[in-house]
Amino acid sequence: MSKHHVTTTINGEPTEFLCEPQLTLLDVLRDELRLTGSKEGCSSGDCGACSVTVDGRLVCSCLMLAVEAEGRAIETVEGMAQGHDLHPLQRKFLEHAALQCGFCTPGVLVAAKALLDRNPDPTETETRYWLAGNLCRCTGYDKIVRAVLDAAAEMRGQA
Amino acid sequence: MLAYSAPSTVEEVVRVLAGASGVAKVLSGGTDLLVQIRSGRTRPALIVDTKKIPGISGISERDGGFVIGAATPGAVIGECEPLKKAWPGIVEATNLIGSTQVQGRASLAGNLCNASPAADSVPALIAARATCVIAGTNGRREVPVETIVIGPGRTSLKPDEFIIEFHLPKRPPRSADAYLRFIPRTEMDIAVVGAGVNVTLDPAGVCTDARVVLGAVAPTAVLVSEAATALIGRKLDETALAGLDRAARQACKPINDKRGTIEYRTKVAGVMARRAAVIAYERAGERR
Repeated sequence: MSKHHVTTTINGEPTEFLCEPQLTLLDVLRDELRLTGSKEGCSSGDCGACSVTVDGRLVCSCLMLAVEAEGRAIETVEGMAQGHDLHPLQRKFLEHAALQCGFCTPGVLVAAKALLDRNPDPTETETRYWLAGNLCRCTGYDKIVRAVLDAAAEMRGQA
Repeated sequence: MLAYSAPSTVEEVVRVLAGASGVAKVLSGGTDLLVQIRSGRTRPALIVDTKKIPGISGISERDGGFVIGAATPGAVIGECEPLKKAWPGIVEATNLIGSTQVQGRASLAGNLCNASPAADSVPALIAARATCVIAGTNGRREVPVETIVIGPGRTSLKPDEFIIEFHLPKRPPRSADAYLRFIPRTEMDIAVVGAGVNVTLDPAGVCTDARVVLGAVAPTAVLVSEAATALIGRKLDETALAGLDRAARQACKPINDKRGTIEYRTKVAGVMARRAAVIAYERAGERR
């Protein structure tokens, strides 16, 4: 089978990889590029654990072929912290203990960042609807939502 | 073995589809297709990605109406203020599909060609008299959206054809649409019943034109002309609503499944049609 040569940008870094056409972006991120922050939960677009952004748009990386990354700009959870400085969302997730097992957390962080990039001052309802595609089987949603709203407030300079 | 092709012109996509030796699948957002490939429900030899075609994603206004590219993601449709203003029912129906993540990729062409009886955008598009432009070996043709789906998972498209764009007509004054779906929770579910209603009123608030379309109550979306007849020539009084409700229930040929029984779906179809009609009338009345 012929492999495709894909040139893309991941977390600001020009990146190239070879992939078979049936592989998803999630497959390549994890197995080829060793960016294992994005998780494989359901592989059907229901759980959001594999959330990344593509040209700023939130998507499930399990529902996108890796070859489709050609020429696009991908952001994953690995791109959120700046060196050793955590993103405010990451810091607030720790402060609020907004995780239990942690498996859904990278996807939730990427989705929450996509929300705050669009809407710096979301209501609780907007936050809950935006994150409806990120499932937490530990049922820790309350702390997640509080952490997102607190991070939003800090990023607006109100905390 | 799966092959992938991403041509950059409509003509090249048609050539690749026409020349495919096995099953070829057209890829827009992939939110249904990739799930079906993974589950083994479909085993294509070739995936043809349309997204490299200029204009296949995006919304423009033309002749007072709208042109929506076949692969335009739901999120982009939801952010288009002029479209929301003219066709709130289509936008709300489209934005009900899946999560924020799914909205980042899912398209109208995909929702239509996946041919699920429960597709949310389809009743709203049919209610709007939307048409789609199909490209194939014999050139292009423009057909009403209701001619595409012929049964669950089946479309009228030939193997060398694919949809390139949707057209929404110019609105007369005092026109509006609405779409409602019933699911047992608030988010992230498949319609038990969907109802799209599109109306035009005269200055006195009397309905002069209506289209009523139901989803998830038959093998395909159902355009219920008797329901429209119940509305036309009347204000939205109880006679009109009762006639609409009755016509909607009579048009149902639903299945029994875990989401609802035949009896339940039929009853709810009348209720959803009523409620969607009330919203459409209110919206149209605000546009004097």
